[in-house]
Amino acid sequence: MGMTQTQKILAAHAGLPEVKAGQLIRAKLDMVLGNDVTTPVAITAFREHGFSSVFDKDKISIVMDHFTPNKDIKSAEHCKYIREFAIEHDITNFYDVGEMGVEHALLPERGLVASGEVIIGADSHTCTYGALGAFSTGVGSTDMAAGMASGEAWFKVPSALKFNLTGKPSKWISGKDIILHIIGMIGVDGALYKSMEFSGDGLKYLSMDDRLSMANMAIEAGGKNGIFEVDDVTREYMKGRVDRDYVEYTADADAEYDAVYDIDLSKIKMTVALPHLPENTKPVDEVKDMKIDQCVIGSCTNGRLEDLRKAAEVLKGRHIAKHCRTLIIPATQQIYRDAMKEGLFDIFLDAGCAISTPTCGPCLGGHMGILAKGERSISTTNRNFVGRMGHPESEVILASPVVAAASAVLGRVGSPDELD
Amino acid sequence: MIAKGKVHKYMDNVDTDVIIPARYLNSSVPSELAEHCMEDIDADFTKNVKDGDIMVAHNNFGCGSSREHAPIAIKASGISCVIAATFARIFYRNAINIGLPILECREASEKIEAGDEVEVDFNTGVIKNLTKNESYQAEPFPDFINEIIAANGLLNSIKK
Repeated sequence: MGMTQTQKILAAHAGLPEVKAGQLIRAKLDMVLGNDVTTPVAITAFREHGFSSVFDKDKISIVMDHFTPNKDIKSAEHCKYIREFAIEHDITNFYDVGEMGVEHALLPERGLVASGEVIIGADSHTCTYGALGAFSTGVGSTDMAAGMASGEAWFKVPSALKFNLTGKPSKWISGKDIILHIIGMIGVDGALYKSMEFSGDGLKYLSMDDRLSMANMAIEAGGKNGIFEVDDVTREYMKGRVDRDYVEYTADADAEYDAVYDIDLSKIKMTVALPHLPENTKPVDEVKDMKIDQCVIGSCTNGRLEDLRKAAEVLKGRHIAKHCRTLIIPATQQIYRDAMKEGLFDIFLDAGCAISTPTCGPCLGGHMGILAKGERSISTTNRNFVGRMGHPESEVILASPVVAAASAVLGRVGSPDELD
Repeated sequence: MIAKGKVHKYMDNVDTDVIIPARYLNSSVPSELAEHCMEDIDADFTKNVKDGDIMVAHNNFGCGSSREHAPIAIKASGISCVIAATFARIFYRNAINIGLPILECREASEKIEAGDEVEVDFNTGVIKNLTKNESYQAEPFPDFINEIIAANGLLNSIKK
């Protein structure tokens, strides 16, 4: 029986000719990732269990992106604890304020992850790198500690759902709309323990930024990983970023899937997820009279250059509605610089937006845009759970950058088609 | 090993943001995290929970963020065991890795109600509902997982 794309990568990293769904394996890791929330717990576990060295200082990435620039004294203490560990172990890919970006935008941008590799990260959105044809998945801090010590992790080989993408998306439709549509269709546990494998003729219409935002949200369907077939778009993206040999894995023709879904991209509508689960999706044109108090454009899902360009296209020559605070958060320093050079900042500033240094801040209700009781934010982020962005009685609506930007102008949930 | 306690009952998709909201993740001290465990969906949980109590939920328990602070907060609040129909996969790994016993049992998740007195035998996977005088059989762990548990956590199972 054939193997899926994910199973082939796992077999190669476990040193096995083949693996089957359900099999427990130990696989070699190409990268182990942590952030300023999860790494302190990993460091303490690493030290308490008597480990004194890391398996490979070049294959660990630590990114200070969640509560940074330090939001309070406790966060500063956490960051100091990590910084001392990074210096002690001479961690090559340690990114502090000034260099850091939102981790899942930063690692692909820096070429630290590539097609065919196995990556674990103590952050659930580590599944993002599947956009490049890698196997990457989120784990906890103890797994991170074990990965830093041994360079290996155990996995249960997942079965898979196949998404066969066809057709060309219409104007304003992005990867975010496609993945929200899919999560609405299969539910927040629709891919529990499984891979979500994306392939088909429609792939050629999806940019790397579209794919990164789709793979990013595989976890919101419960998936172990989301992964894209490698094509010219992937190769072009990795050119000049990835300076080592990488392997492209393709699913066998006779690979077995738990289900195959045919998705016609030309039929996807601009989609939002209403409170309080990512599966509560609706086409935006069916959402009426939902006033918003805040708009967040950024995050590991939608804080990349193309996302900012699209938001700017909507905001150009317009102004945000009164009392709708709008935050623009470029996900990395490079994206920040590129957006500034392209003149996007002028558009945002003229529209009345605030522009922030890279941070995960508001997405997880950490800092930089917390909601009060009864407030509602539209956001290009990935979760709209109870209390996610602040008060337990506040609300988050997930959307693409163009829908978020249009909503900011309207002061209610709406689409760019509604603007003059 | 046997756990016995009163049940705190929750429904589907209990996410790690409600188990321990991110606004408290500037701490990694278990007792500080426990002070805020479940507060966004069950404000009285920390007041009512007693050592040894058992948490029961429906599908996809622990979905969302990979924060290990979630099972740490539950464990530090005194909960001896979490029973659910299904667990989100990162939470499942994390709970095993830090030594918070978890059991998958759909029947138990459907029949056990809040306040029931329940006894769990981890060796056999038998869950006894002492209030209703019923018993349910949980899925056994694969041997591989049992080895991690026997080694007292993942890090002890790795050679130095």
